[in-house]
Amino acid sequence: MAVAEKKMAVAEKKTEKAWGKIVDAGLDEGIKKLTPEKIEKVINKALAAMGGARLKTYVDTCIHCGLCSEACHHYLSNDRDPSFAPVAKVKQTMWPILKNKGRVTPEFIRRAAEIAYTECNLCKRCSMYCPFGIDMAYILLSVRRICHLLGVTPLYLQDTAHSHAVTMNQMWVKQDDWIDTVQWQEEEIRAEIKNPRIPIDKEGADIMYSVIGPEPKFQAQLMGQAAIIMNVAGINWTYPSFDGWDNSDMAMYSGDHEIMGRVKRAHFEAAFRLKAKKIVMGECGHAFRSIYDVGNRWLGLKMPPVPVIHAIQFYYELLREGRIKIAKKFKEPVTLHDPCNVIRGRGLGEMARYVTNAICEDFTEMQPNREYNFCCCAGGGVINCGPPWAKKRAISNRVKAEQMKETGAHIVITPCHNCHSGIEDIIKYYKLGMHTKFFSEILVEVMEIPEEFKVG
Amino acid sequence: MSESANWDWKTKEKLLVDLNELQKKFIDIRELTPSDDGEKIAAVVQPEDKRFTTCVNGEVWDETFEKVWSLKFKPDNKLVSLVFRDFEWTVAVDHEMWEEKFDFIWNMQFTPDGRVAANVKKGDDYGVSVDGKTWENGFVEARDLIISPNGTKTASAVSTKRIKEGDIFGFQEGVWTVAVDGVTWDKTFVNVWGVTFSHDNQHLAAEVRLNLYDYTIAVDGKTWEETFGCVWEPVFKPGSYDVVAPIKTPQGWTLAMNGKPIWGNFIQIWNQKYSPDGKRIAAIVAPEYGKWTIAVDGSPWARSFSDAVLPPIFSPDSKRVAAAAKESKYPFHMQSALHNIPGNDRYTIAVDGTPWAEDFDMVWDPIFSPGSDKVLTKVEKNGRYFIAIDGRVGRRGFEALWNPVFSPDGEKLLIRCVEGGKYYRRVVPIGEI
Repeated sequence: MAVAEKKMAVAEKKTEKAWGKIVDAGLDEGIKKLTPEKIEKVINKALAAMGGARLKTYVDTCIHCGLCSEACHHYLSNDRDPSFAPVAKVKQTMWPILKNKGRVTPEFIRRAAEIAYTECNLCKRCSMYCPFGIDMAYILLSVRRICHLLGVTPLYLQDTAHSHAVTMNQMWVKQDDWIDTVQWQEEEIRAEIKNPRIPIDKEGADIMYSVIGPEPKFQAQLMGQAAIIMNVAGINWTYPSFDGWDNSDMAMYSGDHEIMGRVKRAHFEAAFRLKAKKIVMGECGHAFRSIYDVGNRWLGLKMPPVPVIHAIQFYYELLREGRIKIAKKFKEPVTLHDPCNVIRGRGLGEMARYVTNAICEDFTEMQPNREYNFCCCAGGGVINCGPPWAKKRAISNRVKAEQMKETGAHIVITPCHNCHSGIEDIIKYYKLGMHTKFFSEILVEVMEIPEEFKVG
Repeated sequence: MSESANWDWKTKEKLLVDLNELQKKFIDIRELTPSDDGEKIAAVVQPEDKRFTTCVNGEVWDETFEKVWSLKFKPDNKLVSLVFRDFEWTVAVDHEMWEEKFDFIWNMQFTPDGRVAANVKKGDDYGVSVDGKTWENGFVEARDLIISPNGTKTASAVSTKRIKEGDIFGFQEGVWTVAVDGVTWDKTFVNVWGVTFSHDNQHLAAEVRLNLYDYTIAVDGKTWEETFGCVWEPVFKPGSYDVVAPIKTPQGWTLAMNGKPIWGNFIQIWNQKYSPDGKRIAAIVAPEYGKWTIAVDGSPWARSFSDAVLPPIFSPDSKRVAAAAKESKYPFHMQSALHNIPGNDRYTIAVDGTPWAEDFDMVWDPIFSPGSDKVLTKVEKNGRYFIAIDGRVGRRGFEALWNPVFSPDGEKLLIRCVEGGKYYRRVVPIGEI
């Protein structure tokens, strides 16, 4: 056994101690239905369908230098355990798959699924450290695609993909519940601003505002806050009453490309049906990736057919142009988490800082930051793998906890849903005594309410 | 004879409501909705704090509600709205309310003979109600409402078994099917989407997912023999029971009839439409990655568009096809939420493969004249709305404009518009637009 492999075996035992053996019916029951023959057949069919050129280029280009290791929060947080190095994750998954031409065991698939779904957030930080810029996320997404086709996916993530398939949203929100929640939020914000309006199905609106499933399901106040911002800023906007209101796409991360594409099509077609000129999406990271990088391309779209603007940019424009004015800045010390998909992926880092400085008095940067910031460890669908993996997820992002603690901030601004929940988990696990907030929560607290909107 | 033959095509202009005056009377006016013939204009109004009602041509209904939405005029010019009071929803038709009350009502639509249908929820049961008569069988969930062409039947995708969130294995056994007038198909599926009726109202087709990987089309619950990597919404060929749907094969997307490919391969195909005579079929296609156009009978237009092409519309004589199309010039990262980049995100209408010379901030669906010789639509330029005919933009811009309607002889247009804060019904000869 090579030295590196011995080290990995030791590390494997060590990490098992930290979070124990994790039971996940999606993986454990999934592999019971596999045979080596089925695995080989499915893998080879999947590889043929993928085309293979991109995958082969990445795999053949990698010189195994290991420079990607220091980029990975899993690696750093698990005491530089080599099995968590990005290249090691590929080594434990795609390399044997390719080398053995799909002749791998069900147990191998179980481990490959665990690595691909829970030990890589597809954050692409490692690609910046790779001398060749190899897209590790693409390779691990390809492993996920294979796992999906084999029926070996974490239970909670699979359930989310099922929700997308039925409802076109990720939280099983029924058609009536969605409309009811929109109408309820219009009532709720009457206490905040005078005569608010949340237009439904307003044909020809400038903007279709889109959210992710958890908002109507658990965090409806965020929809209310968005409505306050829209009303005060005088935006001509609307929500659809029909499917397509959810911009998120966990099927992208489960490996179910067909449902991913279906969900994205529904989202874009909702905007076309409403004759909305643009989509502004709430504070979500992966949704942005799904509309401009992955989901759109599966459909044959080079870019979103309707412009999609992330909330960070939307707030930046509203503040810069004085459409929203700040009455009194937020006083508590804050730091800013840079969500991978919209900062590293879309380059909204400076806009995020403009917004932070415009609304907060006391802002301390995390180090490193912007595109070099560490992932929240919730992204890439990892948080959607659910409670069985929560402890492992927290342990595997100690580096984030240290990074946040050093800022001395009380509040971590997290302009992404998965980051928001994932970082809150890390804060609790490491007892950091901080809290997460979305930009919208602070913005609504500090913005000037013009006289015509003042209640009473 | 079409409904519009009975409309007033002689009076050149009617000023029906001064919306400026109306606005002074209410806290809020929303969902401005004209009738098809333009003789009435309705709105949801808020006469007092947190109380809503409807107002037609300035006359306010004296009943008020906590919520009112989804205003629509039926073809007989009666106003229909969904109203909520004392924790109950119902349907109001003019000033009459259904006796039946529900926990929620949505997807309100009309049958061709003027009855009102909607998805409803009552207690734990989901279903469909037509003029207040609700399906006898309720379901765990009902999604979407599909009405047969003659209005005698209603259908919905329904879930037949309550499964817990997180029960992925129970879900994969298949709990979704189609219900017609509350009666389900014999078979259940993992997923059901895109339900559609045959032209004689007797049959239904839908996209189904048999497991996580195999997609096909089911007709009356019986699936095609072939399965595919993915499918999109099916349609029935007019005058037949043949079903056509886009299918994803290892070679790409194509159109299949009854399971067998009938077109060549494309990067993408969706929104196929039959011509009125049932002899031609058009669909949105991507002949190459990132290029979108319309294919008619399998042949794509030579001209393609970078961003999108919207569903094709056939002329009444089945000979011509028009579609809205969109193009961009500049990179995605240059987009702004509040501003438009000049020359970017431009919409136009393409007819038989040729786009109009002028482009717009937004276009609505193309409308053919009864003689099929003209194409018009509503367009938006710099915040004002215009009528454009065969690429020529009308002289007058409006603050609000609803889809124009051709007179039966194709010589005039009915224009429903707001100008100077006033709602007008105008009848204008085509040459004077």
